[in-house]
Amino acid sequence: MIDFENWSCPVPLRDTPQVVMGHGGGGAMSAELVEHLFLPAYGSAVSPADSAVVPVLGGRIALSTDSYVVKPMFFPGGSIGDLAVNGTINDLAMSGASPLYLSIAFILQEGTPLATVGRIAVAVGSAASAAGVQVVTGDTKVVDNGSGDGVYLTTTGVGVVADGVTIGPERATAGDVVIISGDIGVHGVAVLSVRAGMEFETTVISDSAPLHGLVAAMLATGADVHTLRDPTRGGVAASLNEIARTAKVGIALDEPSLPIPATVADACSLLGLDPLQVANEGKVLVMVPADGAEAVLAAMRAHPYGGGARVIGRCVEEHPGMVTARTALGGTRIVNMPIGEQLPRIC
Amino acid sequence: MCLAVPGRIVRIAEADGVPMAEVDFGGVRKDVCLQYLPDATVGDYVVVHVGFAIQSLDEESARQTLANFEKMGILEEEFGEIPR
Amino acid sequence: MKYLDEFGNPVLAKRLVEEIHAATTRPWAMMEVCGGQTHSIIRHGIDQLLPEGVEMIHGPGCPVCVTPLEIIDKALAIAAQPGVIFCSFGDMLRVPGSGQDLFGVKSAGGDVRVVYSPLDALKIARENPERQVVFFGIGFETTAPANAMTVYQARRLGVTNFSLLVSHVLVPPAIAAIMESPVCRVQAFLAAGHVCSVMGTREYPPLAARYGVPIVVTGFEPLDILEGIRRTVVQLEAGRHEVENAYPRAVRDEGNPAAMAMLRDVFEVTDRTWRGIGMIPGSGWRLSSRYREFDAEQRFAVADIRTNESPLCRSGEVLQGLIKPHECAAFGKQCTPRNPLGATMVSSEGACAAYYAYRRLDLVQLS
Repeated sequence: MIDFENWSCPVPLRDTPQVVMGHGGGGAMSAELVEHLFLPAYGSAVSPADSAVVPVLGGRIALSTDSYVVKPMFFPGGSIGDLAVNGTINDLAMSGASPLYLSIAFILQEGTPLATVGRIAVAVGSAASAAGVQVVTGDTKVVDNGSGDGVYLTTTGVGVVADGVTIGPERATAGDVVIISGDIGVHGVAVLSVRAGMEFETTVISDSAPLHGLVAAMLATGADVHTLRDPTRGGVAASLNEIARTAKVGIALDEPSLPIPATVADACSLLGLDPLQVANEGKVLVMVPADGAEAVLAAMRAHPYGGGARVIGRCVEEHPGMVTARTALGGTRIVNMPIGEQLPRIC
Repeated sequence: MCLAVPGRIVRIAEADGVPMAEVDFGGVRKDVCLQYLPDATVGDYVVVHVGFAIQSLDEESARQTLANFEKMGILEEEFGEIPR
Repeated sequence: MKYLDEFGNPVLAKRLVEEIHAATTRPWAMMEVCGGQTHSIIRHGIDQLLPEGVEMIHGPGCPVCVTPLEIIDKALAIAAQPGVIFCSFGDMLRVPGSGQDLFGVKSAGGDVRVVYSPLDALKIARENPERQVVFFGIGFETTAPANAMTVYQARRLGVTNFSLLVSHVLVPPAIAAIMESPVCRVQAFLAAGHVCSVMGTREYPPLAARYGVPIVVTGFEPLDILEGIRRTVVQLEAGRHEVENAYPRAVRDEGNPAAMAMLRDVFEVTDRTWRGIGMIPGSGWRLSSRYREFDAEQRFAVADIRTNESPLCRSGEVLQGLIKPHECAAFGKQCTPRNPLGATMVSSEGACAAYYAYRRLDLVQLS
């Protein structure tokens, strides 16, 4: 692995510590960038051709694409690089797919330090390798210098869904148990803690993680898992509202059961945020009929990424399309669909 | 309005001629302006709103208030409904 | 968080609820002034736990909701100017002006930034000496000391590219205005705890006496709110109308003298129009003449603002507790949190937003 902190390449990139328009031009500079920055970071599976040709896949193909624009690009516990890999792996896993191949496209703003690009590429390579998924192709473009350094990633992932597996939001049914795989609000707090204008010191680090192994363990129990969702932007609130609306089912949560670590709760209190609306990156929501819940919970808890799994509510017949929560005081509140970005408030 | 939370002063310093404190809110630390509590010292609890300490938090008073709540309903619990 | 979490204890909450039930023999209507209290009540479902006749009327204590439309439009005009960095608390970003909101200005290319503290805006000004940095200084008395300090510090450090768009509102004149209304139903007030942390409690006894209403200074956590309600009910049942401090851990009678001294220096009282309510004399603060050079309204001479409030919006009547949000014809139809017509549907504790979130469930269950 190349250490981009102390960059010194034996075949030096042309003498530019920063991204310039030529890096996206398809000529020698682009080739150098690929050969000396991206390829070493991604490993040997990358195809040098215009497209990567992979062996025939057995089963139905799952395809997912996502763009990553997070600011700041580096935050406690991770970077845009591992988010890009884990995020797309997880999108595939949420359909019950085994992720196999990734493509990564970089859009670089002119002026971005190459060391920054290198760090991100290394993060991509590490995350892919740790997840057992191969980066097989990619692309690089450079755009005009807008407002300083920016790196945007678009990742496309390909995976395979085994026969007999049908997992989707429309399958959530009244009576299903709602499970979360662990602590919520972690990633969002980690990113906010380093965002300009509201920096604060905290021990919270991002929970970005690939969840396909956890999902495989859950499916191996034989339980009829109805729905999986990774509650990223908009948090648990957004994901559950979307599922409730799609499946035309109500969801009733039990607030005291929500696993919110004190560190997350305190940061949210300080900024006036609702932990249910804060992003997560290495967590999964599960909806499974009651008779399969115990087995699924046990399988989750036995897995490194599911140790904190617990039941947080149920799908119900009442109030279809709406998510409610029983408060610690015994009252009921509605868990709303977040509108736009969650912002710290004074009121 | 007035989202304000209590925290404990762990360090006091000066920045640009203004007294500032590093305040610990349990798991989170943030820099807070102490202009309005010039007598506050390390270890004190303060109420913080938008980066400013606006009042000291009286710990004894907090304990007393909670103790009062604890006492409520105790008689009923021990002896059953008390006619009013 | 210490001295916060303990005040959400459900066992103690249950006891307080029982005490309230035991004390209540007749219907009562009380107003919680502070939007943060409204938020807490809705969020924890506190009003569902109260006796049938005890009604919480949600007051206009949401500085976001009551910021005059004209000021919002000025903010939008300033933020849209090239070379300006417009800084604001997150609350204000989605409040609709006559046309759009600050988010709209941002997406059209304006440099609009959310900050946690006004001091962050000053820092941005020092880091960008060639740009004009404006901070949107809204809020009640709680937030005014922070805004005051920023201007004071700007002067001290010679930061000339910084200015403040001021729209402070004051609680005691609002209480008076509400009680003066001929259709007022409010019989008691839960005063805003953190406003009193700054200003103390001494402005309230004259109001309690003049209008014959109990005024209980109340905090924000579930136990604090329940205790505020409990003490209010006890007073109402006994026919008393006094000022009580139910938040002694954070409120002293004399308030915060250092903060009040700064406020007297930096601000002066002015008439203020409350969006949806109208002009309340002496109910606002503006920069004093000593600090007028930092006034963004003067620096940017934003002329010819034609305000245009939606004719459908009845947020004023909501803010005064005259109608409930769902009694407005636009509620849930033309006006939703996604497409708000007025500020009470935008703010996190505006009554309309709170009702949309919470009462929808009841309405669904009734139908």
